[in-house]
Amino acid sequence: MAEEKAKGKKREKVPRQKMLEQKPEDRVKNFDEVPFGYTPELARLEAGRCLQCKKPKCNDGCPVEIDIPAFIQLIYEGDFIGAAHKLKEQNSLPAICGRVCPQEDQCEKVCILGKKDEPVAVGRLERFAADWERAQGKIEIPEKDPPTGKRVAVAGSGPAGLTVAGDLIKKGHEVTIFEALHKTGGVLVYGIPEFRLPKAIVQAEIDYLAQLGVEIKAGYVIGRIKTVDELFEEGYDAIFLGLGAGLPLFMNIPGENLCGIYSANEYLTRSNLMKAYLFPEYDTPIAKGKNVAVFGAGNVSMDSARTALRLGADKVRIVYRRSRVEMPARIEEIHHAEEEGVEFHLLTTPARFMGDDDGWVTGMECIRMELGEPDESGRRRPIPIKGSEFSMDCDLVVVAIGAGANPLLPTTTPGLELNKRGYIVADEEDGKTTKKGVWAGGDIVTGSATVILAMGAGRHAANSMHDYLMSGQTTWP
Amino acid sequence: MFRILEKREMAERTVCEFKIEVPDIAKKAQPGQFVVIRANETGERIPLTMAGTDPEAGTINIIFQVVGKTTALLRSLGEGDEIVDIIGPLGVPTHVEKLGTVICVGGGTGVAVMYPITKAYKEAGNHVIAIVGARTKDLLILEEEMKAASHDLRVTTDDGSYGHHGFVTDVLKQILDGGDDVKLVVGIGPVPMMKFLCKMTKEYDVKTVVSLNPIMVDATGMCGACRVSVGGRTRFCCVEGPEFDGHQVDFDELVKRQRAYLTEEKVSMDRFTEQVPE
Repeated sequence: MAEEKAKGKKREKVPRQKMLEQKPEDRVKNFDEVPFGYTPELARLEAGRCLQCKKPKCNDGCPVEIDIPAFIQLIYEGDFIGAAHKLKEQNSLPAICGRVCPQEDQCEKVCILGKKDEPVAVGRLERFAADWERAQGKIEIPEKDPPTGKRVAVAGSGPAGLTVAGDLIKKGHEVTIFEALHKTGGVLVYGIPEFRLPKAIVQAEIDYLAQLGVEIKAGYVIGRIKTVDELFEEGYDAIFLGLGAGLPLFMNIPGENLCGIYSANEYLTRSNLMKAYLFPEYDTPIAKGKNVAVFGAGNVSMDSARTALRLGADKVRIVYRRSRVEMPARIEEIHHAEEEGVEFHLLTTPARFMGDDDGWVTGMECIRMELGEPDESGRRRPIPIKGSEFSMDCDLVVVAIGAGANPLLPTTTPGLELNKRGYIVADEEDGKTTKKGVWAGGDIVTGSATVILAMGAGRHAANSMHDYLMSGQTTWP
Repeated sequence: MFRILEKREMAERTVCEFKIEVPDIAKKAQPGQFVVIRANETGERIPLTMAGTDPEAGTINIIFQVVGKTTALLRSLGEGDEIVDIIGPLGVPTHVEKLGTVICVGGGTGVAVMYPITKAYKEAGNHVIAIVGARTKDLLILEEEMKAASHDLRVTTDDGSYGHHGFVTDVLKQILDGGDDVKLVVGIGPVPMMKFLCKMTKEYDVKTVVSLNPIMVDATGMCGACRVSVGGRTRFCCVEGPEFDGHQVDFDELVKRQRAYLTEEKVSMDRFTEQVPE
């Protein structure tokens, strides 16, 4: 006991370990991942900082309820594979979550160490364990429950859909994923850039699901090639809709359809999914601006700004109508963007765009804002300052202010209730929609959110779907 | 992978038709819809017209004009070759109902889009007058098919080498002046043709539908590459179109957006021609 305590004390003195990463001046010239990750030594050192609390708060901070102290203890003991397996008990995509989760708002936010010192680097440790397992080539295929004879269709292969598929295949159901794009992974492949989430990692997670027996059909647009009702007629017993982001939002200001003005979805899809950064080796082109403006200040804005730098921009500005404290991006992403030379123009919003005779954007008129009283989001409302208009030159604009709902599937699915913004209405607890046998989760329910929240929604829906399939329930909800 | 079963070249090898085995799409596709094709692993996604389907045989026919690298690459394929991705059917199907007299105007490769739509209007019990045009006789496509799909087919060529010497809009004007009670004009073709056609039918106050072909990437309502201004509002052609009220469309903006990547398209095409000398 005395020894335990002593060890605990010693642990506290070690500072939070940083990951080695590419230098800013190098990395803006390539699309390779920025951090290199922990070495085994660094990982064990960091794992040693964990107090192994009797009543850990970090677990409650995790939307998929990972046993955080347990996996960290295994890393500390040097059982890295064991740590990866522990993670996978609750999270089928640890290599992804370790990279893109907003840990500072979840597990790390409630870490006791963080009260006096910096919290344990849970995300970096998660990433280390998952990467270790993959690098060893020792991906364990867990035993599945005996076949139930039930069939599940999952529309969309983003984080929500992949979680549902992973959970339900292990419970003995037959699972088919239908993906509208030609490649599986949803936002993980079309949205998040290679330098933040290497596509080989996403592919490894999808290969793992395929090894588990999940059938994957890409290039299959549910709602068009088959409706939800037709899937039921074909013998599927339950259906999960994880359709993801829909129509990109624009600002509805003059000149918005000039060439060189992209939605972040288009800009990132061209670069990430279609590999336009490798043009002309890959056929899809992308406009390479020298003087770029990105609107919005979430993670997607940071990804767009940093992509623009890597595509050869001289100047990239984030233009945001509120102030720094309201920026929704992760601190780490803002930090990386700043290190790379992205400029921040806060309390500024565009009023109109100007273009040349060929219809290409050449500049924009902006207006300064001040913050008023908090609005319904709890953030202070930006108010335009009269007479503060000024103009800025730019030859490329990326609008990253979120996405609306995709009308494609809802309009072909009778019985599916939508809210007034067009998102699918689903129970907050279990993801049940208003249509019998149909669940939904992720951005198509909540609007633009995070990978881990979509995974959490997938987890809850999968549990509810399993109960429904096994109970022979005939009533709804 | 989807196998090309038949290949037909038209319009002096500037236009090509494939019959491809895609049973799921063949079963579902309706007039007015399109597919997205990715020719190979490094390919781009481009929307292409379905000029017909055979649900029993499980085949679709696509027709494309060779305008750049991807279409040149497609034309280089032959019977038995495979295409990596064909995704669809996409877009809102044509709303076909019995109206009375309907004029279907197709220009250039637009005739391919127009063909199944024309057929559908005829089958719905309308009196269908079709007008098809091309720059010159040898570039005319689907004349026989359009003849069978309509009650009355008029042909125009810009150079007078066949049919009426002039534009499709000349013949359309004659018909509209003739006093027939025309309920609807459907116009599909190059943007300038659609623009002038809509200007004319607006003067006659005849409802006009056009099918637009902006650049698309995902084509499932996610990226917004295909946005077009209709009635002053931004619309997404891939999920809200491709058909819109022609009198509301900002054609000048559409043409500029279609030309956004001319430089890159040339780079790709030059690279392709070097690799595959014809």
